[in-house]
Amino acid sequence: MTNKVKNNKSVIEVTDLYKTFDTKKVLEGVSMNLYRGETMSILGRSGQGKSVMIKCIVRLITPDSGYIEVLEQDILKLKDDELNQIRTRVGYLFQEGALYDSMTLAENLLFPLKRNKPGLSESEKQELVETTLRSVDLLDDIEKMPSELSGGMRKRAGLARTLVLQPEIILYDEPTTGLDPYTARDINELIVRIQEIYNVSSMVVTHDMKCAKRVSDRIVILHNGNFIARGTFEELENHEDEIVRNYFI
Amino acid sequence: MAKQNTNNRFEDRLQQFFWELGDTVRFAGRVIRETFRGPFEWGEFYRQCYVIGLKTLGLISITAFIMGLVLTIQTRPVLADLGADAWLPGIIMVAVLREIAPVITALIFAGKVGSGIGAELGSMRVTDQIDAMEVSGTNPMKFLVSTRVLATTLMVPILVFYADGVAFLGSYVGVNLGGPISIKLYVQQALDLLWYFDIIPATIKTFFFGFAIGVISCYKGYNTTGGTQGVGVAANTAVVASSLAIFIIDLLAVQLTEIFI
Ligand SMILES: Nc1ncnc2c1ncn2[C@@H]1O[C@H](COP(=O)(O)OP(=O)(O)OP(=O)(O)O)[C@@H](O)[C@H]1O
Ligand SMILES: [Mg+2]
Repeated sequence: MTNKVKNNKSVIEVTDLYKTFDTKKVLEGVSMNLYRGETMSILGRSGQGKSVMIKCIVRLITPDSGYIEVLEQDILKLKDDELNQIRTRVGYLFQEGALYDSMTLAENLLFPLKRNKPGLSESEKQELVETTLRSVDLLDDIEKMPSELSGGMRKRAGLARTLVLQPEIILYDEPTTGLDPYTARDINELIVRIQEIYNVSSMVVTHDMKCAKRVSDRIVILHNGNFIARGTFEELENHEDEIVRNYFI
Repeated sequence: MAKQNTNNRFEDRLQQFFWELGDTVRFAGRVIRETFRGPFEWGEFYRQCYVIGLKTLGLISITAFIMGLVLTIQTRPVLADLGADAWLPGIIMVAVLREIAPVITALIFAGKVGSGIGAELGSMRVTDQIDAMEVSGTNPMKFLVSTRVLATTLMVPILVFYADGVAFLGSYVGVNLGGPISIKLYVQQALDLLWYFDIIPATIKTFFFGFAIGVISCYKGYNTTGGTQGVGVAANTAVVASSLAIFIIDLLAVQLTEIFI
């Protein structure tokens, strides 16, 4: 695992990121790297700025200062069409799935495909949609509307929608929060399987220790605007700092 | 993003109002830029026009017919006292074309379409659908907002023309209640008082009505905060602010027409 980390190039590089909302300082000089092929988890209490952090990476939020490189591009300097180009190579799984609720499951997947892969024929698109849905076990629900899906199914559907563009990086925002332990375990396995099949690099924001343990090569802990610890699950579990250890109780 | 209202002091609310006004104007500028930059989302635009038309046609038909009818019935005794019966169709036509059809149509439109857009975009915002669209490489300002604003801008004038026609019919029925009159004579009498300067400013202002409704409703929906509750607020304020804008534009239009004609 550590070899995977050391031998590889970064796909995401964040340096000295600052973000303040009104008077609330959320990020205060955060720096990190994500290496190709690894899965890194960000742990942190609610409201510590984990979502803000990964939203900055796809420029849904513009930081006050700092430098962000994604797939060797300076994200904060890109023009809109260049940014869109990069964004299609980065998948983002929203906490509640964020499925388009006026469209069926199939249309949800076809929507990004049609707009970003105009070269594919109709049957190729259809086939890609079906393979992707099969890989998250939702092929039987292809014609359902999002409102007819359960919480766990929505997460898998959201994941399928990011996968259909075959991204190189996937950012997961709390993939298992709000799910029962069985469904959460399924999602964990899915994250691992996707990493193995597609060899994506992933960043997983989570509170869920089981999830962090199962999926991560590396873990960082965000606390009061900065990463206070980095390491493998085992290393952090026995960390000298009590604040860090407290996360693992 | 809308600034948070910290308390209800008049000064703060006034400040908030002007801040939002400025922000809406900025938003409108962005909508116009996005509409003309790069390929336009025709598919979504046609779909919006269709949905909007379908949503409002029935209501506008009924209202316009009744307005024409009632206006005629109520105006007739006044004109009859003056011995000016023959002017009835003309006077109704001027009132309908210049003021009643545009404003009533726009208000109905704001109530039905404006609240719909506010709620739809609002719920897309609070459930991250807009962000999801953005990160998958589709510009939501272009796909969701530009298409809706252009659709409302074009559909209001079309619906106003339609309302003119229906109100004209209602008025014809109203005139007939007082004694039969041939449609030919009626049309002739109606057109007697009418000149085309009645139509041009009235039509121009309807484009602005449509644009204002589209921009305001999209702005409210697009910038929704505060979860599900915020969606209700967005739908509601979209209607209120659009209706207010309609009257303000109407007032300005009258003033400008006076100056230029
Ligand atoms: N758009 C915004 N405007 C103002 N404040 C914001 C905005 N987004 C986030 N914040 C604030 O930034 C802080 C961090 O929020 P964030 O959503 O990143 O937390 P989080 O670590 O993801 O928490 P959770 O685990 O509950 O999702 C919070 O205090 C939040 O109120
Ligand atoms: Mg979060």
